[in-house]
Amino acid sequence: MKLLYFAWLRQKVGLPEETVTPPAGTATVGALIDWLKTRGPGYQTAFADLDIVRIAVNQEYTDRDAAITAGDEIAFFPPVTGG
Amino acid sequence: MTVRVQREDFDVGAEIAELTRGNPRIGGVASFIGLVRDIADGTGVSAMTLEHYPGMTEKQLATIVAEAKRRWPLEGCLVIHRYGRLEPTEQIVLVVTTSSHRQAALESCAFLIDWLKTRAPFWKVEDTADGARWVAARQSDDDAAAKWAKK
Repeated sequence: MKLLYFAWLRQKVGLPEETVTPPAGTATVGALIDWLKTRGPGYQTAFADLDIVRIAVNQEYTDRDAAITAGDEIAFFPPVTGG
Repeated sequence: MTVRVQREDFDVGAEIAELTRGNPRIGGVASFIGLVRDIADGTGVSAMTLEHYPGMTEKQLATIVAEAKRRWPLEGCLVIHRYGRLEPTEQIVLVVTTSSHRQAALESCAFLIDWLKTRAPFWKVEDTADGARWVAARQSDDDAAAKWAKK
């Protein structure tokens, strides 16, 4: 699956995007985040406070309970500040 | 109903002329233009950079415009949002709505900018004397969007 990071999440993770294959059984966004946090301190900092992390799966807003599959595009970003 | 996400500046007069051209049903045009300020939360800002999520941005803006069209009898609607580096006084965003009467134009314009601020995936980072600073989302923006909850 393809992961995208924006704004300070991108800076903390250190990448704008990456393609990952999480362990079998990683069925929700929440489980994916738990796995990502094991991948290094950058991820741990980025996902330290999930109240300020917004989630989109295939470019639609969703939450940590959302189901995910291999072909999905999953984006993580802070609350938006356009306009 | 047009949505554009672009780096370049826009000409408000030319955009409104284009949106209203040849349509005698339009009796009112409302617009909102967002500009870069040189101060935020008491700190001087020398420039800001807007980042967005290509693809999702256009999709979210189209959804917001469709909702405005569902709620008000609009003749036309235009949203332009810029990204990249912008300096104080530069234009960031343009929302224009047209309708037979002013109320629909004015209300839908306010709705569009309120919803855009809380739903379109843009992020601002400001250059200040203390370095770069990501702009935090404001509760007042959430409150402004919430007052347009389903009706």
